[in-house]
Amino acid sequence: MLHRWDGARFLPDRTLGIQAKEFNLGIIRPVNRVSHGLRVNVRDALNQAMDEELERDERVFLLGEEVAQYDGAYKVSRGLWKKYGDKRIIDTPITEMGFAGIAVGAAFAGLRPICEFMTWNFSMQAIDQVINSAAKTYYMSAGAQPVPIVFRGPNGSSAGVAAQHSQCFAAWYGHCPGLKVVSPWNSEDARGLLKAAIRDDNPVVFLENELMYGVPFDLSEEVMQKDFVVPIGKAKVERQGTHITLVSHSRCVGFCLDAATVLAKEGVECEVVNLRTIRPLDVDTIEASVMKTGHLVTVEGGWPQYGVGAEICARVMEGPAFNYLDAPAVRVTGVDIPMPYAKILEDHSVPQIKDIIFSVKKVLNIVFLIVTSSDYFIAINCSVTEIKLPFYQS
Amino acid sequence: MGASLVVASRSYADFTPEATFDIKKVDLHRLEEGPPLTSTLTREEGLKYYRTMQTIRRMELKADQLYKQKIIRGFCHLYDGQEACAVGIEGGITLSDHLITAYRAHGYTLTRGGTVREIMAELTGRRGGIAKGKGGSMHMYTKNFYGGNGIVGAQVPLGAGVALACKYLGNDQLCVSLYGDGAANQGQIFETYNMSSLWKLPIIFICENNQYAMGTSVERSAASTEYYKRGDYIPGIRVDGMDVLCVREATKFAAAHCRSGKGPILMELQTYRYHGHSMSDPGVSYRTREEIQEVRSKSDPISMLKDRMLSNNMASIEELKEIDIAVRKEIEDAAQFATTDPEPPLDDLCSHIFANDQPFEVRGATPWTKLTSTS
Repeated sequence: MLHRWDGARFLPDRTLGIQAKEFNLGIIRPVNRVSHGLRVNVRDALNQAMDEELERDERVFLLGEEVAQYDGAYKVSRGLWKKYGDKRIIDTPITEMGFAGIAVGAAFAGLRPICEFMTWNFSMQAIDQVINSAAKTYYMSAGAQPVPIVFRGPNGSSAGVAAQHSQCFAAWYGHCPGLKVVSPWNSEDARGLLKAAIRDDNPVVFLENELMYGVPFDLSEEVMQKDFVVPIGKAKVERQGTHITLVSHSRCVGFCLDAATVLAKEGVECEVVNLRTIRPLDVDTIEASVMKTGHLVTVEGGWPQYGVGAEICARVMEGPAFNYLDAPAVRVTGVDIPMPYAKILEDHSVPQIKDIIFSVKKVLNIVFLIVTSSDYFIAINCSVTEIKLPFYQS
Repeated sequence: MGASLVVASRSYADFTPEATFDIKKVDLHRLEEGPPLTSTLTREEGLKYYRTMQTIRRMELKADQLYKQKIIRGFCHLYDGQEACAVGIEGGITLSDHLITAYRAHGYTLTRGGTVREIMAELTGRRGGIAKGKGGSMHMYTKNFYGGNGIVGAQVPLGAGVALACKYLGNDQLCVSLYGDGAANQGQIFETYNMSSLWKLPIIFICENNQYAMGTSVERSAASTEYYKRGDYIPGIRVDGMDVLCVREATKFAAAHCRSGKGPILMELQTYRYHGHSMSDPGVSYRTREEIQEVRSKSDPISMLKDRMLSNNMASIEELKEIDIAVRKEIEDAAQFATTDPEPPLDDLCSHIFANDQPFEVRGATPWTKLTSTS
């Protein structure tokens, strides 16, 4: 258990690799708002983005459970109620369908609400308002009624919260025309995409990740500008590579980068594409990368069937990049089960770095040795020494 | 022709400019006083209400006809019998106030500023429709009118959101949020009662109780059919929804309550629909023809207003007949337009997905069909 200066506690994921090595216990500099490069965690990036947008536009307001006096269930809205008051930061009762509908109605009438779901699992209570009232209205009204709303909250698996609190909704919402669906990975993504979402005149589903909230990243001066936005619908190549393309979103992007670091020591250069946006999907960036590397592995936390990876593979098949594939495209996903509670089971329900490495090597047809039967895969600043693969026969 | 001669020879100074009518007392819930027991109607107002109600009536009957000819398709929920509700409510608020309702929305689209032409062309799915043929019967919008909503009950929280915006912007406007006796049992409506009361939103909840939710009568669907009390801590009134003056006075009363900052109020309008639930429902398997006939003969809203005006010398029979003829013509012209106007262009297929966006590619039915969406 690591204790951070502001009281946050978390278990470092063993597979964080390089990032874990850089984590200094208790020596994190306090965030100051001088405009030079800063180390900002995802939570603070979201907080600052909302703060700046609330200041910029009077019509923006935030509503949701515990967003005001509690400072946010995950402290994402910390300090906002103190600064903006009851009118603009609204605590709601535990009535998702009702308050999501109220948020959409407020958007109809010209305000710009940010509707927080404590987690996206609870959005299922309100999904009719998101899809039928928000997403479809501009189309049904033939352009008479825009819906400038952001729905946001943590999505996907967390740690030890079990089946009902761990589902990934990227595929569900990504399915629907009329919605924009974004899934930031790091602080730059979080800040830029949230600003873009709030400034967008359309309904945006903003999928955060609880386990990323506390992770710090360096942000440049340019990113800290008040008008910095990350365009919705544009993926980012986080790492250039030549042998294989890894396409991912949210937390798994970090795993892909770690896997790429390990693989680089064996001479395999992975190109890592951070989707940033689920819908509209940036097919052009994916295709350009696949046409360069000839191999594709998608990585996501959600379930495999009818998922984000499935869509990417289908699009690549249907487009020009197919002719450049030297092997079938493959998906690394969460295991197709409800999320179990026990740690050992939970760890084996989500994609791990070893799964990504294994898949890359399978796709590239690289033969590898199983050395010992040790339990853990150790990645910090050294090459692969041990791998245990209980389920796979090579 | 003979009628117009008679009218021309009679000066309008002969008519009573206004009269005061006794109206039914409303039932009160958590209120000491209700709307007044009388309503003063001017000749102008009377003619306006008469014309509007008659327009709705004729428009709905024409829609019935066009549906049977298969020129209108899909869902078509008709409002005839309930005209006094839409017209009376509009008489108690202004066009700068807001209104949202469910799918039985043609009458409201008209009272909220839509034209018969645009409404009928939307029903027939043509490019001249109020939603350019993209929405259909249940999805018509005008300024400060948020539809037409297909999902039962969903419009009620939406209306509270509009009311929240009114309060937020401090513009002294309010939102009227309508739902039926069937929707009145929806959980999200109770969630909305709670938040509207907590935050004192300027919302008038109106339950249009027409006795039947599709084919299920109120006794079979609600443990408590006193819909005006279902808001519990929200004050409520139960009003005769067949009398346009009752509805108007009640709406004025409710609007004053909201604008004074007291928060929400609930109005139950007791009304009746002559048609079945929709065009696919003959409407007689769950109720008797006698019942329908009895309401028509004893409580028809248009007849009630007509009788009042005639017996108080506020208009002549010929004058009202002229209005009928003019309305009939308006409907005929609109129907003509609605059947001859072309369907929307295929270019419009993918448009209006996003507002204020660059055009973007939309996948068609095959990977080779690349369509474009514009805002």
